[in-house]
Amino acid sequence: MKRTPIFEAARLVFQRDLTLAWRRWDEVTQPLIFYVVVTTMFPLATTPDLAQLRVISGGVVWVAALLSSLLALEALFRSDVEDGTTEQWVLSGQPLGWLLLSKVAAHWMLTGLPLVVMSPIVGTALGLPFNAWGTLVISLLLGTGTLSILGGIGAALTVGVRRGSVLLSLLVLPLAMPLLIFGARSVGMVMDGESPAGPLQLLAAIFFMALSLGPLAMSAAIRISVEN
Amino acid sequence: MWLWFHKLASPPHAYRLLGKMAPWFGWPALILILTATWWGLFKVPPDYQQGDAFRILYVHAPSAWMSMFTYVVMAVAAAVGLIWRIKLAHAASAACAPIGASFTFLALATGSIWGKPMWGTWWVWDARLTSELLLLFLYLGYMALRASFDEAQRADRASAVLAIVGVINVPIIHYSVQWWTTLHQPASVTKMGKPSIAAVMLVPLFLMIAGFQLYFGWAISRRLRGEILRRERNAGWLKEAS
Repeated sequence: MKRTPIFEAARLVFQRDLTLAWRRWDEVTQPLIFYVVVTTMFPLATTPDLAQLRVISGGVVWVAALLSSLLALEALFRSDVEDGTTEQWVLSGQPLGWLLLSKVAAHWMLTGLPLVVMSPIVGTALGLPFNAWGTLVISLLLGTGTLSILGGIGAALTVGVRRGSVLLSLLVLPLAMPLLIFGARSVGMVMDGESPAGPLQLLAAIFFMALSLGPLAMSAAIRISVEN
Repeated sequence: MWLWFHKLASPPHAYRLLGKMAPWFGWPALILILTATWWGLFKVPPDYQQGDAFRILYVHAPSAWMSMFTYVVMAVAAAVGLIWRIKLAHAASAACAPIGASFTFLALATGSIWGKPMWGTWWVWDARLTSELLLLFLYLGYMALRASFDEAQRADRASAVLAIVGVINVPIIHYSVQWWTTLHQPASVTKMGKPSIAAVMLVPLFLMIAGFQLYFGWAISRRLRGEILRRERNAGWLKEAS
């Protein structure tokens, strides 16, 4: 019997997730709406003065993006573990980390990418200047990508735990703090007229480290979750 | 020849061994800590810049060192438990966590107390303080993850993965003062070249670190014994011994 080639297997996992999401697209829009609601809360809580909001706009957009991504991450593996798909992946003979990476990529496309697309609009509502749009988008692209992988590790560890969403946030947010620091700093620096290259390069380095080592941790975590 | 080593993985053997070792860690630890405290408070001359207030260094620096040391021990024990499937290693990792969290909290608290009179602020969000705070969150997250599972095996292995993923933070904490401009001062001892701290001030610091390390040995012996008791409460050897 011929074994499925790995790119084919990844494509099948990816497509399955997109198809399932398409059938329940309201679940895809919920984190996005949460994103807009959370960013709206900041000017209501602090000041409507755009000049003052501008100073924190990069940080607020980043924090809201992190929290919205976290909301969506809790359900990442839940249904797959429940119906036995993850067991089939473990037994399939395909590299487990590769399949999980494909799933995380699909998840990112459905949650992270819409957040990144919305971020300039949301940022402008907080006074973010136009010249910072590029840096904001690039930093969020790298940041949400890394967060999807880190969140994948956390979700794999906490799948099936009661009230797992709070625990997941507790595990993932400390690991995501460097992302937040560098991402918000890059936006702040470009608003001050400096080059954001430093923090952006660090974000990219963290992203590639997560991309290469994350699947290892994720597959270890999934194996632990399905073994019992 | 390696039987003594392999026997370490046996809970009843480890239980007996730890019980015998604990006082050998505990009493020297107490003596060293008391000596270093007296030395640091009374014998060492005041600093030319900070006066007498610098003496909190003798608690702050050793606890910060121990917070990182304990995390590495915890992560290595977790890795040993995952790779070789030794339950006692997972138990050791679990025993390390509250000790490490306490050291981290102590380092943050003493640093804050030191900071207010000396640098004018209880807290600053620079790289070292932030990454040490992150270490506290990692410890708390580890303990929370452990507590959330009912089956011991899944708790062990899941928290082991978390401990290993989080170990990246420890070199970040250590090198943070080198890589970024921080309010926290750069390394005076653990760097290349001569230590940039007077020798007369250094001796009680080393004594205190040695005392804290021995204290760690005592604390881990006691905690690991407790952990073994909890895990093996239904085992035959325990019922016979009690």
